[in-house]
Amino acid sequence: METYSLLRQLADSWVLLAMFGFFVSVILWAFRPGSTKTYDAIAQIPLREDSTMGAAQTTRKGASDV
Amino acid sequence: MEYIKLIALGLITLIAAMGANFAHDIAYQVHAVLIMLIAAGMFIWVLRGIDEPEVVQDTSGYQDGVIRAGVIATAFWGLAGFLVGTFIAFQLAFPVLNFDWAQPFANFGRLRPLHTSAVIFAFGGNALICTSFYVVQRTSAARLWGGNLAWFVFWGYQLFIVLAATGYLLGSTQSKEYAEPEWYTDIWLTIVWLAYLAVFLGTIFKRREKHIYVANWFFLSFIITVAMLHVVNNLSIPVSFWGSKSVQVFSGVQDAMTQWWYGHNAVGFFLTAGFLGMMYYFVPKQAERPIYSYKLSIIHFWALIFLYIWAGPHHLHYTALPDWASTLGMVFSIVLWMPSWGGMINGLMTLQGAWDKLRTDPIMRMFVISLAFYGMSTFEGPMMSIRAVNSLSHYTDWTIGHVHSGALGWNGMITFGALYFLTPRLWGREKMYSMSAINWHFWLATIGIVLYAASMWVTGIMEGLMWREVDDQGFLVNTFADTVAAKFPMYVVRGLGGVLYLSGGILMCWNMWMTIRGGAKQTAPVGVPAE
Repeated sequence: METYSLLRQLADSWVLLAMFGFFVSVILWAFRPGSTKTYDAIAQIPLREDSTMGAAQTTRKGASDV
Repeated sequence: MEYIKLIALGLITLIAAMGANFAHDIAYQVHAVLIMLIAAGMFIWVLRGIDEPEVVQDTSGYQDGVIRAGVIATAFWGLAGFLVGTFIAFQLAFPVLNFDWAQPFANFGRLRPLHTSAVIFAFGGNALICTSFYVVQRTSAARLWGGNLAWFVFWGYQLFIVLAATGYLLGSTQSKEYAEPEWYTDIWLTIVWLAYLAVFLGTIFKRREKHIYVANWFFLSFIITVAMLHVVNNLSIPVSFWGSKSVQVFSGVQDAMTQWWYGHNAVGFFLTAGFLGMMYYFVPKQAERPIYSYKLSIIHFWALIFLYIWAGPHHLHYTALPDWASTLGMVFSIVLWMPSWGGMINGLMTLQGAWDKLRTDPIMRMFVISLAFYGMSTFEGPMMSIRAVNSLSHYTDWTIGHVHSGALGWNGMITFGALYFLTPRLWGREKMYSMSAINWHFWLATIGIVLYAASMWVTGIMEGLMWREVDDQGFLVNTFADTVAAKFPMYVVRGLGGVLYLSGGILMCWNMWMTIRGGAKQTAPVGVPAE
């Protein structure tokens, strides 16, 4: 089979299925039990880390509570 | 190490000098001289530093110097890009502005790519690089990886911009929209971009937070995808090593499809995914509350990157491209509406319980209006990708209006908000010098965009209708020149919109300058009794 037809068939079948499957699993994974707690913690990352005074005075406060 | 540097810089100087001598065209010659001067200057600088005691750098805190430079570069290129854009808007309204004495360098055809590249890659690109460096450090609680590599990324990117911009004016272009620079500029950008990827990824690897915050997912997808798009779309073979002309590897409809696969994903990953990375950090920061739904942000991310990559063919309706391909592009564009609005809702709802900030905080207002424009243009885009709508809208000014409601509204406004957020923090000031100037900037920019988008809707639809109008004999009613004449008033309104948007930008630069120079303006307390 010529390369184009082979790749085209592969793309239309298994690769399509694999990509769709990956996509659906990622979405389902986001809804796994216990995810809300984890995600709430992650959503706090930008708020807990802060530096107001530029590089010189910066300390890494946020890292301590990991 | 220093000696290797000297040898490399010496060789580059030598080759660039040969290039300046053998050059086949003026653009290549000017670039060769430019590179020769830079390399020679760096050679002398390294040479003078040899055997000097090494200056120990404080590497305990965040690396913010390069971000400060990036903030200034963003503001500078923003002004340059807006200025050129406003000028070419008036060139369209008043062709006499294509001055005879400035031909061929300053005609519309050469200034137009200068404008698009200046705003997308110089203004937007610098904004993305400096905010991604800021965000990745804060959300990883780690200093940038790679030491001075971040500075190489910054200066390397500025060199790319200068090479691209001067190249356009001197007539060096490969005629691919948003990918005009010729082969050697493309190769240079690839090197800089891989260094950027290394710095970003290296910082994520050494992060001290357990999880990778969603903003970094968006930034990373933007960096990786742009690298892929850039390399594939710029596959070309130079005619000569000593000239800027090159020949594309793809041809015909394959070349067109590759170009718009690149072109639309430049919108999808450069102007959307990257700026969403900014949104997911700065909006929660400014609202002082976490993102509305982190789960939604994950779905937003995966849906966006899985869908956007297929949307390109909608630029090629009614062309030599097979129907199935353009239908595929159309369907994916329409589906894309959902995750886009999911992301917009996620950003807006972050303000839940803090809506009063809209009244009190002009920076928050910038972010909210940018999300509103994100929502508007991600609704308009899918609609315009429908084949029937596209047959009216394509090749008309409606497309230009759509692009600008996205670029001025979404990308511009969120960048202004981020600059207002970053400037006081990076220079250790309490807040911006003038809050009322931010307010003025907000209204100047908003009214400017409204003038721009509204006039382009009117002129675009009018143009589309005039083009397809036939009389009862089946003959076309209007000549092309008729449509051009009919568009004149709208072109003037568009230009005025540009003037307003540009003056907002100038106001911002003044405000940033005053903030960096001194502290916040003290407003005199009113009605406070003296003690």
